[in-house]
Amino acid sequence: MGSRASTLLREEEIEEIKKETGFSHSQITRLYSRFTSLDKGENGTLSREDFQRIPELAINPLGDRIINAFFPEGEDQVNFRGFMRTLAHFRPIEDNEKNKNSSASEPLNSRTNKLLFAFRLYDLDRDDKISRDELLQVLEKVDVEQKMSIRFLH
Amino acid sequence: AGTKCVTSVLVLLLFCNPGNCEIQESKPAASTVVPGVKPYHNEANEPQAFPDPEQGSLPVFTMDYPRIQVPFEFTLWVLLASFAKIGFHIYHKITIWIPESCLLIAIGLIVGAIMHSVKEEPPAVLSSNVFFLYMLPPIVLDNGYFMPTRPFFENIGTVLWYAVVGTLWNSIGIGISLFTICQFEVFGLQDINLQENLMFASIISAVDPVAALNVFEDIGVNEQMYIVIFGEGLFNDAVTVVLYSMFTFMADMPTVESSDVFLGVARFFVVGVGGVLFGLLFGFVAAFTTRFTHNVRQIEPLFVFMYSYLAYLVAELFAISSILIIVCAITMKYYVEENVSQRSCTTIRHVVKVLATISETLIFFFLGVITITTEHEWNWAYILFTLLFAFIWRGLGILVLTQIINPFRTIHFNFKDQFGLAYGGLRGAICFALAFTLPDNINRKNLFVTASIAIIIFTVFIQGISIRPIVEYINIRRTNKDMNTINVEIHTRVMEHLICGVEDLCGQWSHYYWKDKFKKFNDRVLRRILLRDNRAQSSIVSLYKKLELQNAIDLLDTPMGDLSAAPSIISLHDEKKEASRPKKKFLAKDVRKMHDILSKNMYKIRQKTLAYTNKYNLPDESQNREILIRRHASIRRSLRPGSCRELPSQNIPRSQKYFSLQPGGDLESAFVLRRRSHGGSSDVDRLSARLQMSGVSPRSSSRSLIPLKRLNTIEETRSTQNQPATSPSPVVDVVDEMDLGAFGGSSLRGRKGPVPAPRRHSSNRVKDDEEEDGRVPPRGWTPEEDDNRGNPLLRFPSQRSGGPGGS
Repeated sequence: MGSRASTLLREEEIEEIKKETGFSHSQITRLYSRFTSLDKGENGTLSREDFQRIPELAINPLGDRIINAFFPEGEDQVNFRGFMRTLAHFRPIEDNEKNKNSSASEPLNSRTNKLLFAFRLYDLDRDDKISRDELLQVLEKVDVEQKMSIRFLH
Repeated sequence: AGTKCVTSVLVLLLFCNPGNCEIQESKPAASTVVPGVKPYHNEANEPQAFPDPEQGSLPVFTMDYPRIQVPFEFTLWVLLASFAKIGFHIYHKITIWIPESCLLIAIGLIVGAIMHSVKEEPPAVLSSNVFFLYMLPPIVLDNGYFMPTRPFFENIGTVLWYAVVGTLWNSIGIGISLFTICQFEVFGLQDINLQENLMFASIISAVDPVAALNVFEDIGVNEQMYIVIFGEGLFNDAVTVVLYSMFTFMADMPTVESSDVFLGVARFFVVGVGGVLFGLLFGFVAAFTTRFTHNVRQIEPLFVFMYSYLAYLVAELFAISSILIIVCAITMKYYVEENVSQRSCTTIRHVVKVLATISETLIFFFLGVITITTEHEWNWAYILFTLLFAFIWRGLGILVLTQIINPFRTIHFNFKDQFGLAYGGLRGAICFALAFTLPDNINRKNLFVTASIAIIIFTVFIQGISIRPIVEYINIRRTNKDMNTINVEIHTRVMEHLICGVEDLCGQWSHYYWKDKFKKFNDRVLRRILLRDNRAQSSIVSLYKKLELQNAIDLLDTPMGDLSAAPSIISLHDEKKEASRPKKKFLAKDVRKMHDILSKNMYKIRQKTLAYTNKYNLPDESQNREILIRRHASIRRSLRPGSCRELPSQNIPRSQKYFSLQPGGDLESAFVLRRRSHGGSSDVDRLSARLQMSGVSPRSSSRSLIPLKRLNTIEETRSTQNQPATSPSPVVDVVDEMDLGAFGGSSLRGRKGPVPAPRRHSSNRVKDDEEEDGRVPPRGWTPEEDDNRGNPLLRFPSQRSGGPGGS
């Protein structure tokens, strides 16, 4: 499986992803093999069902939201580029103060982008605001003791 | 009261000791007094003779002290030390400011002074054999058994770096500096050569940070520091042992050759690797043995102790550092705790703790006693310089080593951490014991003994007492155990779930590569051999059951301690009172309430105890499992608001049981079970009865039926039906209800089997393809799996509507 994976991913693609996301070569190949192992339909894209097939993700209270984060507005399939783009948010922050001004857009794993990602986790309807109901939903999902949460919000 | 006890025991002890001499002198006299008594218990085959007439009357009151002397005195010493401990804790403030080891040494000093004034010899407790064979093993076992394995293995590089290289640095540095000091004639130390200095230095560089750890734990310093000091204290003994034996050997020799140094390095590897191998070997053997002990539950703890002690002795046999037997304890713990019963588990933990506490107490106590009673040679210069150099070299060592290793760590040690590490390098009993066991041909042995005692007392008292205010003053980074805003807690949890989910999504690559590899090896090979009933790793039930039992027991142990939700305390207290009433039948709703309260609090409590692992690491899988349970609970609650709570438990989790399967794996076994359950509604009873059987355990202490019912459906896929069948009546009622309910009725009628979910699904597709039922099972199930895996909240209503429509 590993050898098959690496032949399907071309070198220039790896380079592009590397530049865009900052992952290293080995990381990209590893994630690609993970991508293909998840991709049961073998059509080069992942659908929501593919994600939901991961057992740990299914039992995660935030599983649905995480899955939603991979799919941009309105789409139902995510290809490898999109997959990597979302995962790039989780790379460690690098203190590259020196080229902060030179780069046009901030790297995907900057602090701001991470916060944006987290914000979108809460904001289900994507109106750029977190309503009270959305916050309540999060609380229920993570199972904080009900009494305390209600006491806190009132 | 404590002091009264102490003085009374002291008096008793003193009485016995001088009395001992008297008895020994009078023994010949006593033997003439009681010659007639002898035939009775000495020679059994001699005919019983009546007492000689000239002997006199039968003694009414005899005292045979020498017979019981040794155990008697030992018990008295232990009692005395324990009374001292009780006495300390009467005033809570004392133990905050003065670590317990100081107090024990102080009491020992007092007792030693008393004994010295009475011209008594203390028992030879700190002789080499007694110390290394009896007093040290429990401490080693305790350290190994309660080692936090996760942070330890993540920091293992750092720990070994500090332990090995740090100790080497210290020893050689101190040795050479002391040697240069000895060159000065004014101090009168010219006869100590380099080897002896190095030997002494290797003894005193063994750091034993018991007091420091206590303080760190109390204050709650960040776990990195804690684990480094902990690990360092454990592993530098290996280095010390090697250095010590090497230098004592070389002290005899007039010259040191380079080949000897090389041999020393080789010996170090032998010690290190050999110790680890022995530890692993014995650990595996112990784990394997406990696989077969389910019929002899009472002696299960015995195996743990005997095997670890055996490992220790074998290591001593080969002069390998027995400290590495902590490896044995770590290996053993992981597998043994899965094999033995809950009670044995608790017993083991408690006994290990008790033995270790006794040992530690006695060691410090006797340190104080022997300080007074041994011969000392005091040389101001040597001792002061020793102290100075020990301090300097440790500080330097930590500084240099940290600079080197910081780039390799994700979490760097800043200067405050380094200061804490350096200052926390207290010396302890091992140092002293090693000094005591120096061979006598070293002409300055007494000086060395004195110097080591001095350094121990200095570090323990001065550094031990002052470390607390200093740590608080310079404000070392703490763990975030005390985050008590709800907001922070909520969002921390959200982030943890998020990270956990994404890591699972990525298949946990990179960092956890080795851990993954080990895990695979573990699952495939080790667990099969060593565990009695090796359920797959995703067996949620046993883990949850164990956790729940353990937490329930803990909760009942501390009635008012850890509960933070005020209303729950009151109701839990009531529940406790109810629980204490014997033989009371629990109403179903009371049981449910009890379980709700317990589980809600348990979730919170476990969050707190995961403080060491939460901040930088993933929550470990046990939390995932619990999340699964909770998710099922919440799904159940959200889907069936009105009806009986037990009802959906049979239905919903069954459809979600795929969650516990690895993708694409083990569908056959799941299907096999379901196949077996086909055929008539009587199978429903059998099925649910089997479910109950597999879940109900005779040692379930909470006696609540609800959680077991919930969990059974998940375990259904791989349950080992070896537990007695107790199908309580409420469950059967539920099953009947399910039959009659809208769910069960439609799906049961005219179907091959009683299992609702898959049937319903095939009913969806039955419109398209009737032969689906008879198709090859895995392929038939896979699309179903997809549908099930889809948002269960959405799936179910559609299934429900599909059910009646399909029949």
